[in-house]
Amino acid sequence: MSAAAQPNLIRWDGNQPLLPARFPGMAALSSGARTLFMSEAERQPRSADDLRRAVQMAAAQAGDRGAYEALLRDCVPLIRAVAVRRGVAADYVEDVVQDVLLTIHRARQTYDPRRSFGAWLRTIAERRAIDLLRRVGRQHAREIHAPVEFEAFADERARPPDSAASAGGRVDEALASLPERQREAVRVLVLEEQSLSEAALTTSRSKGALKVNLHRALKALRGRFGEETERS
Amino acid sequence: MTAAKHDRLILDLAADLRPVRRLSPPLLRALVWLAVLAGLALALAAFANLEAVWQRIGAAPDLWLAVIGSAMTAILAAVAAFELSLPDATRAWAALPLPAALLWVGASGFGCLRDFIAPQSHVAVMSETADCLMFIVFLSVPLSALLFAMLRRGYPLYPGLTAVIGGLAVAAAAASLLNFFHPYDAAATDLLVHAVAVTVVIAGIRALSGRIFPVPAAIANNVTVSRVAPN
Repeated sequence: MSAAAQPNLIRWDGNQPLLPARFPGMAALSSGARTLFMSEAERQPRSADDLRRAVQMAAAQAGDRGAYEALLRDCVPLIRAVAVRRGVAADYVEDVVQDVLLTIHRARQTYDPRRSFGAWLRTIAERRAIDLLRRVGRQHAREIHAPVEFEAFADERARPPDSAASAGGRVDEALASLPERQREAVRVLVLEEQSLSEAALTTSRSKGALKVNLHRALKALRGRFGEETERS
Repeated sequence: MTAAKHDRLILDLAADLRPVRRLSPPLLRALVWLAVLAGLALALAAFANLEAVWQRIGAAPDLWLAVIGSAMTAILAAVAAFELSLPDATRAWAALPLPAALLWVGASGFGCLRDFIAPQSHVAVMSETADCLMFIVFLSVPLSALLFAMLRRGYPLYPGLTAVIGGLAVAAAAASLLNFFHPYDAAATDLLVHAVAVTVVIAGIRALSGRIFPVPAAIANNVTVSRVAPN
């Protein structure tokens, strides 16, 4: 890092020109014209931090890598602040920082150390933040963010409280809790898919009795699982 | 939060640092281009029949107002273009040449009424106006080559707008110089051809703006990041 870039070596009240202007009259006229378009922040007197950064940037223009590196690190939180204020989402703030760092690098010959570095940086950061918001906006116009689509059950109530493996176990358990006649009716008519007449032959029960028992069994099971669903 | 996330990029940029020559104030750079333009105007004036030019322009107020308008548009648009070529410029600079451009267009538009005011004027026919078109378009080529070679040293964040304002400066300059070789009075056909020529110049430059100016950082991201040496 050069001596000029070290903060505590700066003795400068901000009024005398930082660097000798090659065309003093022209520079004055030009900066006079620019005053018309200056932002409010730029009209404020320059802070010590701002002067330090201006000196660092001037050193960077001359090829001082140490000053340049320190300056870029210093810029990161400033750029973040601008991006956040502009309404850039947290995920994208670092993208703006990267864009602005690259812009500083490519545009470094355009910086005039007589002017505020902070204002220069802020204008670039705001512009890049807006660019990013537009880019993201366009992306969102084409793509849908739908995390629910990746869930097996969009409706939480449809999800079994336990895993599928234990669901079978619970059905067995529920069947076992039924009275003997009802369990028999479920087994032959539902699980073995026999017709009513076949079932009547294999179980030696009347068709009417089987129908009544199946009906009662289903009612009991429905009551049992219905309760569970409501609880969860 | 720290700058740690951008460590590699910062180190890479620092490693890539080369000394740069700081740009002169934009107004000075605009004046350099305008000085070349003035030199060209003097050279053309040597070939022109200045007496006839003076007589024609002085004949009606709308004619010299249009000349003043186009010349002022060229000057102000050049200043605005050099300001816009800086990354921290506001878009408000683009408005700088507009009043002069309005004067130019307005005064030329008034010339359309010429047929009613001075019916004996020599109004250009289509083949003659084709020469105007060629003059404006071909004079624009060297003027814009120089202007954009100079503007490229900047880094505009509104490259399209900068190109349009630069194109306006070039087209207005060419249209101003045309007055040396323009023995016709303004008329609707003539004005239309001038408008077409100016639009062609601006649109052409606008279309090229992507190649004229450096690639925006956002697009070049991947290139730079991949350049980072793993260490």
